[in-house]
Amino acid sequence: MKSSGREKLVWTLISIAVLIYALFPVASILATSFKSPGDLTNGKFLPSPGLATLSNYEQILVGDAQELFLSALRNSIGISLIATFIAVVLATLCAYAIARLDFPGKKVILTTALAVSIFPVISIVTPLFNLWRNIGLYDTWLGLIIPYLSLTLPISIWTLAAFFRQIPWELEQAAQVDGATTWQAFRKAIVPLAAPGVFTTAIIAFFIAWNDFVYGISLTSTEAARPVPAALAFFTGASQFESPTGAISAAAIIVTIPVVLLVLLFQRQIVSGLTQGAVKG
Amino acid sequence: MASITLKNLVKKYGDGFPAVNDISIDIEDGEFIILVGPSGCGKSTLLRMIVGLEDITSGDLYINDERVNSKAPRERNLAMVFQNYALYPHLTVFENIAFPLRLAKGRHSEEEVQRLVNGAAATLELTDHLQRKPANLSGGQRQRVAMGRAIVRQADAFLFDEPLSNLDAKLRGQMRSEISQMQRRLGTTSVYVTHDQTEAMTLGDRVAVLKKGELQQIASPRELYEQPVNLFVAGFIGSPSMNFLPATIENGKLQTSLGALDVPAEKAAKAEGRKIVLVGVRPEFFEDAKLVDDAKKPHGSTFKATLTHTEWLGNEQYGYINFDPAPEVRELLDNLARDMDADELRPQVVVTLDAVSRIRGGRESEIWLDTRKLHLFDPETGENLTRDAEAGAALTAEASQERAEEIASAHAADRDMESGTGSAGSGGSHAAAS
Repeated sequence: MKSSGREKLVWTLISIAVLIYALFPVASILATSFKSPGDLTNGKFLPSPGLATLSNYEQILVGDAQELFLSALRNSIGISLIATFIAVVLATLCAYAIARLDFPGKKVILTTALAVSIFPVISIVTPLFNLWRNIGLYDTWLGLIIPYLSLTLPISIWTLAAFFRQIPWELEQAAQVDGATTWQAFRKAIVPLAAPGVFTTAIIAFFIAWNDFVYGISLTSTEAARPVPAALAFFTGASQFESPTGAISAAAIIVTIPVVLLVLLFQRQIVSGLTQGAVKG
Repeated sequence: MASITLKNLVKKYGDGFPAVNDISIDIEDGEFIILVGPSGCGKSTLLRMIVGLEDITSGDLYINDERVNSKAPRERNLAMVFQNYALYPHLTVFENIAFPLRLAKGRHSEEEVQRLVNGAAATLELTDHLQRKPANLSGGQRQRVAMGRAIVRQADAFLFDEPLSNLDAKLRGQMRSEISQMQRRLGTTSVYVTHDQTEAMTLGDRVAVLKKGELQQIASPRELYEQPVNLFVAGFIGSPSMNFLPATIENGKLQTSLGALDVPAEKAAKAEGRKIVLVGVRPEFFEDAKLVDDAKKPHGSTFKATLTHTEWLGNEQYGYINFDPAPEVRELLDNLARDMDADELRPQVVVTLDAVSRIRGGRESEIWLDTRKLHLFDPETGENLTRDAEAGAALTAEASQERAEEIASAHAADRDMESGTGSAGSGGSHAAAS
């Protein structure tokens, strides 16, 4: 389809508007992270000339807040990675069964997954808090991984099931005729093709776990398991009259970096049409 | 190398509809069998039952006299070429062809894999493309990779599921003859599903015609063409299709809408006692009366008709004659058309005329019909009343003898080539082993 110049202009304008809407808060946080505490209220977007500083980054990486932030970063990375890994493995097997097999209760699984994902998180936090305290999961990694699975599994199952449905079934049948067991056919013919879908799902799942705040703040109490979003709330200024906005901004920028990196790294995998040529072209 | 025996095979789906209904076929070792029929006739389902991708509801399937009903596809040692090729897009052509060998762990050394794959690639002229991915190949090349994957291992039989339907017409013709020659050379039992009757007629040693899950007739292409068992087979095989004319018998003459036709007495006798019969006439049974030898003329019947139009094709021409059937016959013809996947069978007779004929549409002309070859069908049951089973069997026997000779000569040619060049390609070693 060839679009006229006018149409192009309209789309460009819309794109710019969306970009500004999406990126302005990020830019604002980035600018704030370079402001010194006294400069925070200068009423301008950028730090006052000559007052730009890296002190906020120093504070969270090597200064007072170092312990709070770095342990939280470690927790966040560890917990999110483990939750993502488990969710993707389970969801791959589940989605494969849903896409390929005909078994009773298939619909039930899908609707249950959907129901779980729309269930408001805040309503189960309190019972979970009591339960976790009683069985000793409170303030542990496992105590966060389990609820994160409930967030990441449904969406993983849904996206992967949709993805598996697109992979031609004939490939697997061909592998079986060629002498593969069901498991070999899955591993050698389907998994390599599903890789882009699995990556996409993993990234989505990782972000969900990475961004969670409610579970993070309710089910932890110490540095043992507290993730970054919760830890940010515990930042304090140098004195009680000083707000920690700069440090929080700096921490927010740092925790955004892995997300951006992930997308840049796996961008190719996400969009590459690996299934091209599998069937007739 | 194997024989495959299908014994009363039935496939019923959840709703109880029999997609394949009580089919029995004996496939001999080295035979090339075609399953043909309109869409939805169960031919693909039958093939997938043989290979093990569909469960068998009832009946028995034997490969080499061993019952394999409950065996998994990988235990049946068959190779299949899928309609959409089913190439592994993440693997190179080499690895695609090597896939079955790599799965048989420990049975092939790396050198052996190299040798076998290179041999298969050489047979299929894929040597230059071994390191490419399927996405970068043309349709014909993908098709050949799929074949390479089948021939690389010593499978007991090859199964083809409409392998050429995604290719353009020219390539299809070329691949068709390649498949045919390859099968002759390797001498591997093959079952081939198609809805294209050119493929069915040219490739098959025997052709099984299916309709709505039931086997109509299995015979050599010539027997199907000359001695069809019923109306469906007669109408399905041949292009343009056989013409069906309603007729009544009066004093040994057929009264049709084209006029009265003299028919040989033994044919007329078969239709005795029936109010109405359908006369099956292939287009090439007709000829411009002016161009028929006097010696030949008495074997047929001449009538006058007005053609609506003619189509000149260079080597021959088609003429069209409209007729007006009685309502009850019309319904019959419509049903037949539906069975054969067409919308409606137009009450029209197609005649093939010699390319030099001057007959044109709109003028009344004399047309001769070779009545020795026509068939009479019972309009109710569709049964061919004039089928000569013996002549049919003779045709099929002849075909099987020809096949044996062709295989022998292909092997001889292969041996000559091998001793001549001293090459040990996989194609050659396959043939030598068989």
